[in-house]
Amino acid sequence: MSQSKSAAKPRLSTQTAWSVLSQGAVLALVMGIVYVLFSNTQENLALRGIESGFDFLGKEAGLPIGDSLIDYDPTRGYGYAFLVGILNTLFVSVLAIIFSTILGVFVGIARVSQNWLLAKVAAIYVETLRNLPLLLTLFFIYSVVLAALPHPRAALELVEGVYLSKRGFYLPRPLAEDGFVIFFIAALVAFALGLAFWRWAVIHKLRTGTSVPGFWGGIGIFVVLTGLAYVLTGRPVGSELPVYAGFNFKGGIAMKPEFASLLIGLVLYTAAYIGENVRSGIQSVQAGQIEAANALGVSSGVVTRMVLLPQALRVTIPATTNDYASLVKNSSLAVAIGYPDMVSIGGTIIGQNGQAVEIIAMWMAVYLTINLIISMGMNFVNARVQLAER
Amino acid sequence: MHDFMKIGAFTAAAVTAAAGASAATLDDVRAAGELACGVSEGVPGFSNPNSDGDWVGLDADVCRAVAAAVLGDANAVRYVPLASKQKVLAVSSGQVDMTSRTTTWTMKRDSAEGVDFTAVVYYDGQGFMVSAEAGIESAKEMDGATVCVTTGTTTELNLADFGRANGLSLEPVVFEGKREAVDAYASGRCDALTTDMSQLAAFRTSFADPSAHKILPEVISKEPLSPLVAHGDNQWKDIVTWVVFGLISAEELGVTQANVAEMAETSKDPNVQRMLGTSGDTGGLIGLESTWMVDAISAVGNYGEIYDRNLTATLGLERGLNELWTKGGIMYAMPIR
Repeated sequence: MSQSKSAAKPRLSTQTAWSVLSQGAVLALVMGIVYVLFSNTQENLALRGIESGFDFLGKEAGLPIGDSLIDYDPTRGYGYAFLVGILNTLFVSVLAIIFSTILGVFVGIARVSQNWLLAKVAAIYVETLRNLPLLLTLFFIYSVVLAALPHPRAALELVEGVYLSKRGFYLPRPLAEDGFVIFFIAALVAFALGLAFWRWAVIHKLRTGTSVPGFWGGIGIFVVLTGLAYVLTGRPVGSELPVYAGFNFKGGIAMKPEFASLLIGLVLYTAAYIGENVRSGIQSVQAGQIEAANALGVSSGVVTRMVLLPQALRVTIPATTNDYASLVKNSSLAVAIGYPDMVSIGGTIIGQNGQAVEIIAMWMAVYLTINLIISMGMNFVNARVQLAER
Repeated sequence: MHDFMKIGAFTAAAVTAAAGASAATLDDVRAAGELACGVSEGVPGFSNPNSDGDWVGLDADVCRAVAAAVLGDANAVRYVPLASKQKVLAVSSGQVDMTSRTTTWTMKRDSAEGVDFTAVVYYDGQGFMVSAEAGIESAKEMDGATVCVTTGTTTELNLADFGRANGLSLEPVVFEGKREAVDAYASGRCDALTTDMSQLAAFRTSFADPSAHKILPEVISKEPLSPLVAHGDNQWKDIVTWVVFGLISAEELGVTQANVAEMAETSKDPNVQRMLGTSGDTGGLIGLESTWMVDAISAVGNYGEIYDRNLTATLGLERGLNELWTKGGIMYAMPIR
């Protein structure tokens, strides 16, 4: 290989020379344009007396944020406030990706179902959600559906400690009590034992051909041992119930309506697309393969897992990667319904100190990073699935 | 997504605008034949489209007065509605020639954000509106309350400051637009709505049952509202500043929309003569016609008339701080001479 390469080198054809030259010229042109844009921006900012640079990130933000995953108060810096926004964007995106995938798979399967009613309901769902602007869906969920819930004074109590009101969804917060550490270690050990049993079952089957229910057995071991440990350590997990006090519920875990609307909207919208990807994946597998497997007497679960899914996923995964990327970008619609995501907080920072260029650059960098990571992850999964092909 | 596009457009304008274009806004306005004036997205009494689609209100009248003084035509205004967080960028990038949209004069905006303030047209202060059935009398009783607020405003920062200063834990719900914030408050999402007192009064009148809402007595901030111009064009800044001073002076001197033409010819008061261009040429000092204030006052009236028409007559707002300094307020125009 290397020999033939070095042999080809001296005979650099005119065509290659031209292509190198033209590519060099294009590169120089692009660099030139970038330079002109950059220097012009700097000049204009200086002319208008607008500060530039990233020094502002350390200055006190002073802005209030309603929903934060990490401890935030207005004395923190702009950079920290922006970080709160990034975490909120990531949090809602990750949850939405998980739930939209689950819902999307069900929708996709329902679309190709033999059950006429189920297939039609799924079709109506997909066509409706896909053809409405997401912003409209969000507004509908936020100002029609969730705003119709009762005031916290008269909140709906679903079960004890679980409240639903127009101020949000309140759940009891689990609290660690005495003995929790021992219980936690015991649970970890139980998990390891369950996992080990599953591995053993797989190896045992390969060696002897006898089937042991490793997966369910593993789960059983985990559940029984954890339950036993919970009782033996004296039930070390308490709960803090949300209590209505003054204006609103205090304590417990709160899910704000802004967050809930955004999550529900993103999940419903993206699941419609993922459902279509799943449907096209399923339909791309030739019916003959399923029939052949059935004819060999393979159980339907194994047919789905070993024949249908590996081939369907090849079609589904690349398209779904795009939908995940869209979901992350769509999360910026949060600003319309008052959820403090990265765009909302960044917009506030622009309003307070006017440094739009820097904030926009940061937005782009974060979205680009998130989506490149998703893309890498999905390409990795895709490569693994491709290997299964013979 | 639309957010990105708006801010992106402003940035693109900031990046590509020829250096120095901002140095002669007066020439640009004259060449265009109209004044691009940034207004709010709809605040009754200040700038709000009426049923005919015309912008009315105190801020809209300031746009009109400037257009009349500069172009001789009060209708030569192109109104550009701007969200709070866009207003500064829209001016510094040259997308609008000025804004007149309830913008608070702060040191940081004036010094580091590429804009200049001109003259205060309204002295406001931030307050809270709560539902009457909440049964609270003072903002200090609001510990634990949820508060609806608009992003990109001093309001948002004052809310955080007020909570910190008084040890109250206030939970903000931050909206991009004022309308969304007001709607969320009206639907019961928040216990309180916070913005400038004048706007609270205006929004209160727009509710189905205004008596179900109460404005708390605390004024938690100073909000001097002033038109904005781009930094670096001193002549244009002078024009907007002195048109506002002219409107206030006119009230001090008793010049009204009805009598301005007559006063220009008959007044013996040298102050009136100088302002209306009968003697000397005050308009020439800022590059305008000598009749600059005659045009402005005939179009919109003096400051008192503007205030009464837009705020007292429709919203029942008292003059308060915005009364003339001679009558117990702090409205005070620099001398025109």
